[in-house]
Amino acid sequence: MSVVATTAPLQAVAYVLVAAGAAGVVLSRDPLRQIVVSGIYGYVLVLLFMVLQAPDVALSMLVVSTVAYPLVVLVAIARVRNRREDDE
Amino acid sequence: MSYLPFAVAGWVCLIGLYGVATSRNLIHLALCLTVTQSSTYVLLLSVGYVRGGTAPIFKGVKLGTRAVDPVVQSLSLTDIVVSVTVLALILALGLDVFGAAKTVDPDEIAELQG
Amino acid sequence: MTRRTRIVIFLTAALGLAALFGWAFAGLPAFGNGSHVYAFLLNHVAVPERHTTNVVAAIVFDYRGFDTLGEEFILFTAVAGVVLLLRPVEREDPEDRGTTASDALRFVGVGMVGAGVLVGLWLIAFGYITPGGGFQGGVAVAAGAVLLYFVSNYSAFYPLGHVDGLDPVEALGAGGYAVIGAVALVSGLPFLANLLGPGSVGTLVSGGSIPFLNWASGIEVAAANLILFSEFIREYLHPARQDG
Repeated sequence: MSVVATTAPLQAVAYVLVAAGAAGVVLSRDPLRQIVVSGIYGYVLVLLFMVLQAPDVALSMLVVSTVAYPLVVLVAIARVRNRREDDE
Repeated sequence: MSYLPFAVAGWVCLIGLYGVATSRNLIHLALCLTVTQSSTYVLLLSVGYVRGGTAPIFKGVKLGTRAVDPVVQSLSLTDIVVSVTVLALILALGLDVFGAAKTVDPDEIAELQG
Repeated sequence: MTRRTRIVIFLTAALGLAALFGWAFAGLPAFGNGSHVYAFLLNHVAVPERHTTNVVAAIVFDYRGFDTLGEEFILFTAVAGVVLLLRPVEREDPEDRGTTASDALRFVGVGMVGAGVLVGLWLIAFGYITPGGGFQGGVAVAAGAVLLYFVSNYSAFYPLGHVDGLDPVEALGAGGYAVIGAVALVSGLPFLANLLGPGSVGTLVSGGSIPFLNWASGIEVAAANLILFSEFIREYLHPARQDG
């Protein structure tokens, strides 16, 4: 079936990108760098969910990883930085 | 091709746990937990995929077309929204620890006594 | 124990876990070839029975509506936990602290606030016909609303993110869901049974009580996330100053 033949390589690429993105998020030790990489990882996951024919899950992940995750993590990073400056 | 999805799900779970075990920063640790959580979404959706299937939305699509599993999608989408609040809770607890111990390094916190 | 010991122990355990994963996944049917009986049944039955073209929304709000009630209350209690943790010592006074945004950011952002909230409301409203739903749309509405903080200053965002005003809205959403389910009990049907007629396929009037449950969860998710964001911003970026 032509549909299967064209989607299988796309799915394989998406899965490999997810594996690489996860490794990238974990191996970024600085939180500020990590949240940017985590945003990219979120987009890669959205790509995977779209290729797996799950638009609702993709919408959910898109909004969450673009706004919600960076917001709470950046506020936490800012708090740590402010406290550190106050103490010095 | 038939083993790649599950191998990727297992890999993502394990590398997230590796990040948690070797983390030097509480915020980094919280984000590695979200990576582990995402491995469950990948696994669920991979199990639910039907070869040649389309999305389970039938607006403009003829009824009876082969579609992928909608049940695992419903599980994943509610879980993603709830995970935001869980991450916020973890970060709030971590910042409380930072306020008391003046450090975000889990290794140094473990050495404090009483 | 030292860090090195901990890493060695972790790697050993991870190898064991990887072996267990391999054994478990080897027993699964091949990718794409599983026999999903429940899924096949639902895909064929959901549209004729409930007249909602989005089968995922029909599952979330009708066939598995009870699970969604549990998820909503997870959200509710987790947000309550965060608010408790971040409870302020004294009431803060949101005086004007100036804006930190550049002109370019404000120019783009002002449009995005309205567009974000509108797209979120559209996602909730049409969630049971096309992809979308209360959960996705609720987070989108909260995300659009919190952008207001980034394009203006805290005192402009304060009325929108004021927790005292948002708490009743969140309770309305969560309680509304339970009340709609309980209304079915009153008429002798099981809890969360679909009361109203199915309506016509592909229009807004379809799905029985699914639109109401959809809106209840959308309101609750939006309010809960907005409370979360504004609590974080208030406690960590604009804490109450004891010295006045």
